[in-house]
Amino acid sequence: MYPYIPNTPQDEQEMLKAIELNSMEQLFEDISEQVHLTKPLNIPDSKSELEVSSYLKDLADKNRSVSELACFLGAGAYDHYIPSVINAITSRSEFYTSYTPYQPEISQGTLQYIFEYQTLISNLTGMDLANASLYDGGTAIAEAALMACSYSRKDEIIVSAGVNPESRQILKTYAHAQNLIVTEVETKDGVTDAEKLKSLVSDKTAAVIVQNPNFFGVIEDLKDLAEITHKVRKASFVASVEPISLALLKKPGELDVDIVVGEAQPFGMPLQFGGPYLGFIAVKKDYMRKLPGRIVGETTDLDGKRSFVLTLSAREQHIRREKATSNICSNQGLNALAASVYMVTMGKEGLKEVAEQCVQKAHYAFNELTKSGKYKPLFDKPFFMEFALTSEAGVDEINKALLEEKIIGGYDLGNYYPQYKKASLYAVTEKRTKEEIDKLTRVLEEVK
Amino acid sequence: MKVLKGLYYSNDHEWVKVEGDEAFVGITDFAQEHLGDIVYVELPEIDDEFAKEDSFSVVESVKAASDVYLPVSGKVIAVNEALEDDPALLNTDAYENWIVKIALNDKAELDELMTSEEYEKFLEEEA
Repeated sequence: MYPYIPNTPQDEQEMLKAIELNSMEQLFEDISEQVHLTKPLNIPDSKSELEVSSYLKDLADKNRSVSELACFLGAGAYDHYIPSVINAITSRSEFYTSYTPYQPEISQGTLQYIFEYQTLISNLTGMDLANASLYDGGTAIAEAALMACSYSRKDEIIVSAGVNPESRQILKTYAHAQNLIVTEVETKDGVTDAEKLKSLVSDKTAAVIVQNPNFFGVIEDLKDLAEITHKVRKASFVASVEPISLALLKKPGELDVDIVVGEAQPFGMPLQFGGPYLGFIAVKKDYMRKLPGRIVGETTDLDGKRSFVLTLSAREQHIRREKATSNICSNQGLNALAASVYMVTMGKEGLKEVAEQCVQKAHYAFNELTKSGKYKPLFDKPFFMEFALTSEAGVDEINKALLEEKIIGGYDLGNYYPQYKKASLYAVTEKRTKEEIDKLTRVLEEVK
Repeated sequence: MKVLKGLYYSNDHEWVKVEGDEAFVGITDFAQEHLGDIVYVELPEIDDEFAKEDSFSVVESVKAASDVYLPVSGKVIAVNEALEDDPALLNTDAYENWIVKIALNDKAELDELMTSEEYEKFLEEEA
């Protein structure tokens, strides 16, 4: 047997015979001799399966993961506990290998779980309907902006600087290609500056986009910001929300939000190097015909039995071509399934408990970390599970010291907010223990 | 295929019925027949202004979504809200059920449209 190639010399002879050739040289004779490789390929000898797997394991072990380290890093992706039932269900081949459900007659299982996912997201956000999912939280914000522009036939978007900076970059990329104008409204004391927003909105405003809790972990006054937005005719108020926080905070549907989007990675998805994640979008009924992507609907079959189909497809690109609301022609099926299984596994009470633990542990950590006065809160505002602290020490030095103690430190806010140099954003999920938080405090106190 | 006399017609199968400086606009019987069962009509808003041949509405059937273009420029002064509740009215009678009523910008633009006889001929050639 050849190294790296599964065919034996015998297989080779049989194949040559079938095409009536005598040798491999004959097969390649049309290729100029000048370019023939006359020496063996410069790659190592073949290895046994055992050798290969231990080599790959050595490579993989160079990664530092949250299974080994205590993670206090958030800023958009969070280290929550993932119940084992999720993987057991999503790894079933009926789900794992199924293709996009174009044909309802052979896709009832897939269509049903997507329908249930949509129902769960609608209930969680308090909105009229949700789609079958989008790629991630960042693109969901951009899709919401496109939808608001199409809905209002306007082209100006106002986005809060409290929205995840990477999501704002995605929004600007989409907007650039569609000739939309994106203006940023600054934050003041950790929240969207309402006075500034008032001065920025005009008849041309198609949407105002905010995040809650915002990038600094602070809770925004959605109702007030919605009111400012709705003074403008046909302007949509878009909120990008953290899904676990919805178990405790008022539903966006009750706060006059028109379009709710977010990143559902916290719902049963590992951090997995940044993706694939899961974008969700839910809207008021007025926006139904402008909603991007797949929507699954409930109907009855010929025998009157409950069944599911892709519906309202005329919004989509395969029918409306270049006039479609969006280019998205797919959904994050398996991740939407993981989110659905997470939501039903946790239930209303379970989800609330996760959220409460996040709040309590984050507030315990905040109190411990600010006790000595060495670390000061960047903002004096109510927060959910993330908070920013400043100190004399640089964020890099702090995080290096923490990593030596098997702790992943906070996010360096100076990366995107030059005014907040030497500020770390810490996230504390339900997974963090008192011991881990106390250790974080101890190591931080020791940093010079 | 029904073609009414006294209306103006466009290549995109819209009709215009003029009343003084105002006009009703809808889609032709030919258009509704080809679209099939109509399930949704997206209406513009009153006071929306459109240039000649701008898309002012979208008619969605079970098999397609089609833009409807304004054959002449104008400003929307009324929309047929009955279509929101019962879009199939366009299938029942495409001429009785107008989509918008507009204030005409320039009546000279009507001269560029087809008469009923010309439209009948146009349909024959299309077929």
